[in-house]
Amino acid sequence: METNATDTFELSEEARAEIDRVVPRYPEIRSAALPVLYIVQGEKGYLSNEAIEWVSARLELEPINIYELVTFYPMLLREPTGKRHVKVCRTLSCALNGAYRVCDRFREAFDCELDEVSPDGAVTVEYVECIASCHTAPVVQIDEELYHNVDEDRTEELIQMIRSETKSGS
Amino acid sequence: MPHPKERRLLLSHADEPGYTGSYEDYTARGGYKTLEAAIRREPAEIKKEVLDANIRGRGGALFPAGRKWGFLDPNSDKPVYLICNADESEPGTFKDRQLIHKDPHQLIEGMMISAYATGTKLAFIYIRGEMFGGARILEEAIEKARANNLVGENILGSGYSCDLIVHRGAGSYICGEETGLIESLEGKRPYPRLKPPFFPAAKGLYMCPTIVNNVETLCQVKHAVELGGKEYAKIGVPNCTGTRIWSLSGHVNNPGYFEVEGGAYTFGDLIYDMGGGLREGRSLLGFIPGGSSTKVIKYDQRYRGKLQDGTEVDWGVEDIPLDCDGCNYFGSSSGSAAVMVMDDTTDVVMALANLNAFYAHESCGQCTPCREGSLWLKKITHRMIAGEAREEDADLLKSIADQVEGRTICAHGEAVAWPVQGFILRFRDEFIDYARRQARERAAREQETTAAVA
Ligand SMILES: Cc1cc2nc3c(=O)[nH]c(=O)nc-3n(C[C@H](O)[C@H](O)[C@H](O)COP(=O)(O)O)c2cc1C
Ligand code: FES
Repeated sequence: METNATDTFELSEEARAEIDRVVPRYPEIRSAALPVLYIVQGEKGYLSNEAIEWVSARLELEPINIYELVTFYPMLLREPTGKRHVKVCRTLSCALNGAYRVCDRFREAFDCELDEVSPDGAVTVEYVECIASCHTAPVVQIDEELYHNVDEDRTEELIQMIRSETKSGS
Repeated sequence: MPHPKERRLLLSHADEPGYTGSYEDYTARGGYKTLEAAIRREPAEIKKEVLDANIRGRGGALFPAGRKWGFLDPNSDKPVYLICNADESEPGTFKDRQLIHKDPHQLIEGMMISAYATGTKLAFIYIRGEMFGGARILEEAIEKARANNLVGENILGSGYSCDLIVHRGAGSYICGEETGLIESLEGKRPYPRLKPPFFPAAKGLYMCPTIVNNVETLCQVKHAVELGGKEYAKIGVPNCTGTRIWSLSGHVNNPGYFEVEGGAYTFGDLIYDMGGGLREGRSLLGFIPGGSSTKVIKYDQRYRGKLQDGTEVDWGVEDIPLDCDGCNYFGSSSGSAAVMVMDDTTDVVMALANLNAFYAHESCGQCTPCREGSLWLKKITHRMIAGEAREEDADLLKSIADQVEGRTICAHGEAVAWPVQGFILRFRDEFIDYARRQARERAAREQETTAAVA
């Protein structure tokens, strides 16, 4: 394995400490792969080749063992997203209650294609599958926060919220 | 507020005004007393209570928890693992989210009782990645429980120790399948394992004996042990003891979760009373009764005949009991008790296209029939809604689905096939009409163009 990339990969002290805390909790080190990837992604925003190599070295694995995870699990990101990550549920109960329109409206408002960062960098809009809140359909998850009953008015409010928050540089 | 027809056992405090689900709130209502008592008894006695309670697995397969625990080899010298399946990703299902968010200590208590009974020293909660809030709530609750000596070393001075780890998934439905979950927890792609030989109770996590149970199942354990297995089994009906939490969504006025005593009410009560009925001027087209992989039930189906216990019945769809097996008589299953209601404005081709897209997206790709079949099904229904439907599509869809079912390592193959088989069985005429209508529209458009050119 190339040691260079792992030597130069930068990660904060906090993240390293968190990783050192999490890894020994598992009976087998490989089980710590997802939690460690989440910690790295949390800091970097996505998982670069360098990140993959660093994690595989940290867990005493081959890079392929980590690469195959990053290419499989939808929540592990290979590229940076917009400042806010908008995930519209597209599955049946949300679809029956207008989810497609909600997603179209987000894309129109930020002038972006599905799964791509908007030109102003404010958002990435994507569809996700049922997020287990079908009684409050349609639902939209923005970063870690779930928003319920997102009708037309609520959609406009959320768009405004993102606009004001991303403008003020947060 | 709970509906008067509900009987809340698991959700008894969940929506109580002022109840936050904190350690203090939970213990103020008798929380952790059951664990305290259980840990002074023999593990075998606790197992017996759970066996007597006949709690059927609430993750969807409905296998009795006590019998599953009975598969653990008492002579094995390997460590035993307990995993709570909190992946909750079968479309339509949202009960586990309520249990986790509103009363996390109940789940922890249920898990520690189950861990003690099964001889587990390390337990996991595998929670789906999108549930950021749920994972945080559980982490905090576990720390609180640990600080109070309810999790960790020498629990309540009993000499028994067990740690509990929250492990987050990363957005993949197949991690809900128990052997896929185990692979994922081992840090791999969640490719389900062949059963046999990899029944988790024999060869599970790290090839050690492992019990995987759903969130609701483990919460039920707490109540079964508290009441005593035989007392608990008096609640509900023999095929569905205790209570069940139904997730109701789709075209109803009052969608939500409803905890109902097993078999005490019917789908009619759920949809028209608890669920507030259909919207103004609309009527019932059908419903998917147990999560989106179960077969749709159409409004005009009837079952005339004998039940398993010999009783003669003549049931319409409104009469199906809210139990575990009632839906079987209608060619479906109560699965994860997630009811998705469709009214007469529903475009059935669009609905199936939506589900086909889901199952194609979620196939792990390991087995050819599921990987390729799910994509073909998706492409066909996608072509149909894009205006290119053909009359023979209905039969083509069914023939593909029939070739996926039963030919895969895990039940995702069935999850791909059943929605298609259900929709075509119940709505074949609608699918054919849909194609004919489009053909007429295409012909009309062509005529217009020719007329314009001429
Ligand atoms: C494709 C597929 C997805 C599943 N998803 C879930 C799930 O999200 N949650 C769950 O508890 N069980 C799920 N199951 C069922 C599990 O494999 C397993 O039967 C269950 O966790 C056992 O717990 P129980 O006996 O308490 O129900 C799924 C099964 C399949 C085939
Ligand atoms: S279908 Fe959207 S949350 Fe379930």
